[in-house]
Amino acid sequence: MDKFRMIFQFFQSNQESFMNGICGIMALASTQMYSAFDFNCPCLPHYNMVYGLGILLVPPFILFLLGFVLNNNISMLAEEWRRPQGGRGKDPSVLRYMFCSMAQRAMIAPAVWVSVTLLDGKCITCAFCTSVPVDTLGNASHPRLSQGEIQRVLARIPCREIYNGQQLIANEVAVRYLRCISQALGWCFVLLMTTLAFLVRSLRPCFSQAAFLKSRYWSHYIDIERKLFDETCAEHARSFAKVCIQQFFEGMSTDLVAARCHLPRKAPADAGEAAEKLLGITDQGTMNMALKSWHRCKPPLHLHPPALPTGNGWAGEGQPPTHPSAPRRETAAYYSCV
Amino acid sequence: MDRFRMIFQYFQSNSESVMNGICGLLALASVKMYTSFDFSCPCLPEYNVAYGLGIMFLPPIILFLCGLILNRQSLVMLEEWRRPEGRRKKDLAVIRYMCSSIVQRAMVAPVVWIVVTLLDGKCLICAFSGSVDPQKFVGFANVSTVQVQQLLAKVPCKDDELMRNNTSRKAVSRYLRCCSQALGWSILLILIIAAFLARWLRPCFDQATLLQARHWSNYIDIEQKVFEETCCEHSRLFAHKCILHFFESMRQEIKRHSFSLPWEREGVEGEEDLLRGITDQDQVNKLLKTWYYEKPPLDVSQAHQR
Repeated sequence: MDKFRMIFQFFQSNQESFMNGICGIMALASTQMYSAFDFNCPCLPHYNMVYGLGILLVPPFILFLLGFVLNNNISMLAEEWRRPQGGRGKDPSVLRYMFCSMAQRAMIAPAVWVSVTLLDGKCITCAFCTSVPVDTLGNASHPRLSQGEIQRVLARIPCREIYNGQQLIANEVAVRYLRCISQALGWCFVLLMTTLAFLVRSLRPCFSQAAFLKSRYWSHYIDIERKLFDETCAEHARSFAKVCIQQFFEGMSTDLVAARCHLPRKAPADAGEAAEKLLGITDQGTMNMALKSWHRCKPPLHLHPPALPTGNGWAGEGQPPTHPSAPRRETAAYYSCV
Repeated sequence: MDRFRMIFQYFQSNSESVMNGICGLLALASVKMYTSFDFSCPCLPEYNVAYGLGIMFLPPIILFLCGLILNRQSLVMLEEWRRPEGRRKKDLAVIRYMCSSIVQRAMVAPVVWIVVTLLDGKCLICAFSGSVDPQKFVGFANVSTVQVQQLLAKVPCKDDELMRNNTSRKAVSRYLRCCSQALGWSILLILIIAAFLARWLRPCFDQATLLQARHWSNYIDIEQKVFEETCCEHSRLFAHKCILHFFESMRQEIKRHSFSLPWEREGVEGEEDLLRGITDQDQVNKLLKTWYYEKPPLDVSQAHQR
């Protein structure tokens, strides 16, 4: 358990490592999905191609979109792209950097799916079995059949149990041929992807390294700023809620005292913290009324400033009383603008 | 658990150890890839050679490129090579040292693949079954030239109907496998002797330069890591200051425009501090709206604190 926590902490500490971790997990999930998927070629002339190419191309598209969805930074990119400029200019190179790094990571799971599919060979065998060159690979002495018949026979190549064209072309010969082509395509695809990745990674320091460092710093900054802002707001909300509820209980207690017209029972001086926490509510009836009031009539989201024992009503600010009307004038102006 | 953590920390502490770790992982991955790959020779005269040699040489190229991509030091080396000189001179010996260490580590996985392929034998049997001399094998000796090519091409496929019980097929297969394994073991022996000599003879030539190059290449790597960590730390502090300034400027704006009694009391700590003067729903909404519509400028110098 500790081991997992340490690995988890290592990935979390560096944001890029965390995203690489997700990317690796998706690639593994993609191979697992492929091996768990039960491939069933329809063995019919026109359906084979659709089924085979569909299994080859549709799941990678889904995995690509999933790669974007699972990436937390997509909302950050969208927000930064759409925000009004305000007091802070927008840098398109930062947006480009964020988009490129997300797209690169999202491409890995689809590329793994396509490679595994091609190297396994079932999809290509299913899709292209009707295009096998019967003249070169088939038996020389095969019966003359119409084109449609040949297509129907060839379409059954992936389904060994129902294949009935051994005189036309041996099943193993056709399957081996198609598999060889599929694996060659698979290895070429992997080589192409790896070469592209290598070029992208190694050409960057040769051209625009300074711009890259700048974009990377500011994209990390935007992410950290967003997280810190959320944390600050959460802290603020907590304090707000605490003071609001405290004021609610105090308000309840004051109301009840006023309603019952009896002197509040003063807690003995040495009762300490516990008496303070009771907030003036000390019996069942009062508590029930407080709970009912909380449900029926929640207090407004407006915290009253704490009352001070000063005579002139200006609590704490120390503003000189010589301009008592100035704030009023300002407020009037403000409201009229609104 | 402690042991695992110690191993993990050991690898992390030294960047060379990290690279050795990656190199070992790639070699293991290469063996795993080979065993899970379903080798199926096409058994056709023109395709065999292409398939067999392709499987023997294409994946090593891919593994070599992967070894270069996954190695962090290759980026560091490229940056050092391409950077403008500025106030720090470039030392070509350091760059050469880094390049050679990167290439050596990247070569391990491809070599493992090639050796495993040769020792297993399937690739060579597939590629060269059509090139054996048919006269040496009884079953193929008296067959016409065209047909013998077809038959020899089918030797790697044990389950083919023509080859199922053919003893000459087994003879050709054994012969080719023997050649393949001999080649595999020879390559392994030559490489290990070369590595042994390189490691033993290196101290005899220019040890001082080597020590310098190694020290400075480690230094460049560590310097880059520390720079990135410092930038991360800096952006965190920058963001913190920026947000505090934003709340403060919001508080001041609200104080200027609102009529509500001010909140501040001297010497009060705790919740009021965290509230930062924002004490009602409208103020909170205004703050959030302003955060979206008008993000504050990226400037936390003293001039902007008012």
